[in-house]
Amino acid sequence: MIPKSKLTGKLKIVVLAGGISHERDISLKSGRRVADALIEKGAQVVMREPDRELLSNLKKDKPDVIWPVLHGASGEDGALRDILSLTGIAFVGATAESAKLAWDKSIAKILVSRSGIQTPASITLPRETFKELDAESVLKLVTKSLALPVVVKPARSGSAQGVTIVKKQDQLNQAMIDAYVYCDVAIIEDFVEGTELAVGVIDLGAGPIALPAVEIEARSGHFGFEERYVAGETEYFVPARLSKAVSAKAAKVAIDAHESLGLRHLSRVDMIIDAKGVPWFLEANVLPGLTETSLLPQAIVAQGSSLGDVYYSLALAALRGRG
Amino acid sequence: MPKLEGERFDHWIDSYAKRAGALSVSEVRALFAVVSRPEVVSLAGGMPNVSALPKQLITESFEKLMSAKGDMALQYGGGQGDLTLREQIHDIMELEGIHSSVEDLVITTGSQHGLELLAGLFLDEGDVVIAEGPSYVGALGIFRHYLAEVEHVYTDENGMSPEALEESIARLKSAGKAIKLLYLVPNFANPSGVTLSKKRRPEILAIAKRNKIVVVEDNPYGLLYFDKKPPDALRSMDEDVIYLGSFSKILVPGFRVGYVLAPPPIKEKLVLAQESAILCPSAFSQMLISEYLATADWQKQVGAFRGVYRDRRDAALKAMKEYLPGLKTTKPDGGFYLWVDLPTGLDSKAMLPLAVKELVAYTPGTAFYGDGQGKNKLRICYSYPTPERIDLGIKRLSAVVNLQLELQQTFGKA
Repeated sequence: MIPKSKLTGKLKIVVLAGGISHERDISLKSGRRVADALIEKGAQVVMREPDRELLSNLKKDKPDVIWPVLHGASGEDGALRDILSLTGIAFVGATAESAKLAWDKSIAKILVSRSGIQTPASITLPRETFKELDAESVLKLVTKSLALPVVVKPARSGSAQGVTIVKKQDQLNQAMIDAYVYCDVAIIEDFVEGTELAVGVIDLGAGPIALPAVEIEARSGHFGFEERYVAGETEYFVPARLSKAVSAKAAKVAIDAHESLGLRHLSRVDMIIDAKGVPWFLEANVLPGLTETSLLPQAIVAQGSSLGDVYYSLALAALRGRG
Repeated sequence: MPKLEGERFDHWIDSYAKRAGALSVSEVRALFAVVSRPEVVSLAGGMPNVSALPKQLITESFEKLMSAKGDMALQYGGGQGDLTLREQIHDIMELEGIHSSVEDLVITTGSQHGLELLAGLFLDEGDVVIAEGPSYVGALGIFRHYLAEVEHVYTDENGMSPEALEESIARLKSAGKAIKLLYLVPNFANPSGVTLSKKRRPEILAIAKRNKIVVVEDNPYGLLYFDKKPPDALRSMDEDVIYLGSFSKILVPGFRVGYVLAPPPIKEKLVLAQESAILCPSAFSQMLISEYLATADWQKQVGAFRGVYRDRRDAALKAMKEYLPGLKTTKPDGGFYLWVDLPTGLDSKAMLPLAVKELVAYTPGTAFYGDGQGKNKLRICYSYPTPERIDLGIKRLSAVVNLQLELQQTFGKA
């Protein structure tokens, strides 16, 4: 359980949202939700874009804390977080270094598996590979090692953009193209059948706490972009319809992944629970979606906290250099 | 694994109307959020070049309106629309050969709302609307929302083919379909930029009449010709045609004022439908436009818009020739759009994320079809960026096309 914040909000907070990433729209929606919740808590909030005026705006705004709600490249890849560190202003969320590791799914998978977390077998293929090697032979070799169905996804991207579940060999080529339009590195991963879960992790300074798991049941069977952001396309169950033992395992995986990637304050770990109740790590989100249909806010509410309390407490934790 | 009871996040899943299923947030729409960033050259949205309108023309009209008829402008108005403005619209339509009565005119919140009201009057679930292939995305959205089916008819550089129209009608009829509307954008069409030829206009009208299909003529771009006026409006040849006009392109879209000219029985129903939906169109917007038309040299301003769009069309065609010489594109004589054929196998929707990365945006061809066609087409809208930015945008687009071609070659024609 997240402890309730005893302080009323007087902090001056800059919420950073937008950017030029493929997830700009989602970031703006998330940013407004965070800003609303912080304002309700009494914080003074200014919303800013990461643009040419950002640094001069920060000088003018003089915020106590920056609350980045940037999804996709520049928000989650660590680049902007490096700059935020240089300003000396406290900010919510992962450090630049951790963000870089978690944002790249291929690196994140290696790091969490070293901590003993199971993650589906995968092969990472930079686009450059195909400048030298013949695509057909490479993909044939890949599907000899990973049996269909497989999931093809960009190594660095969010909101399921560019993700395809490939059930037949002849779909693989198009899936590769669809992934490469988002990122120069693609991952081909074993498809694990089971219950899709998202587990939020919050750390206000006393160590990471796993929120109730959100179970995802997309009507189409695939939790793609539209299934994430169109109300009614997906049913969520919070807490997930799992036994206590399996829920505890999922929570442990989420916390272990959060820690092994060195994440800070908040994250969301996506996983599949297979038929035997084993959690398989898919990815960790440095700055998970915070829109009205997003998973982390649902989990916060489900465990009895208010969004304003949690978002404000995260700002306080950032200010105190904790979490 | 035991399954326990869980909470449903969306408690309204089973309550939505069937037609709400036609409304969705697409990935493409989300990608378009980046076009508001100045780094991105947007060749996507069909935005009129409002910066080409001297703002003092509006300021002056506003001040005159407020001092003379302020209370009226801030009040509710009539459901059919302001009479003075209808008289002025009557004169505007005369420029395109339409002789009408102000009694048959209904002013709407943009012509988009006029089309929405018409769809509500004519379309039941499963009815068919015949449209050009490709057709205006905003119209397709309305038809989809009313659960109608859209039949696209082959369209070439002279507009919709009468022979193809005959074939489509025969096929649909033999399948027992109810064909309700023939929706056409005959001048500088969105998205193709093509104009229905003078020869084909009466042929198309005769086919529709013979088959008792209501013709809806949507003409927002007719006055924005570059060198030569397009042929007279379809409505000028047949009083049964329902005509949609708009101030969005010949003035600015911010006022949201359009109009419908319809045969009297349809007009009566339109007024009732409009009153039921919104009570009345904005009195303020109507009266401000009316003041502008009465006091400013609006025809000179339309002439200035023509020059602005001609320069941009020229810049776009020049850049296409320089950076993407292998691609076929339409060469519009007016309006806002180029319609581009991509090399075989390329999918413009799938390519869009790459374009966003390269800081250029366009509209994928599939948006302009209701049936999944248009994969290897895209629409370039040249109306808004400067000629220099158009050049830069098309240069970036060429890099995107080449990258995508490289991917296509690597992975075969997937």
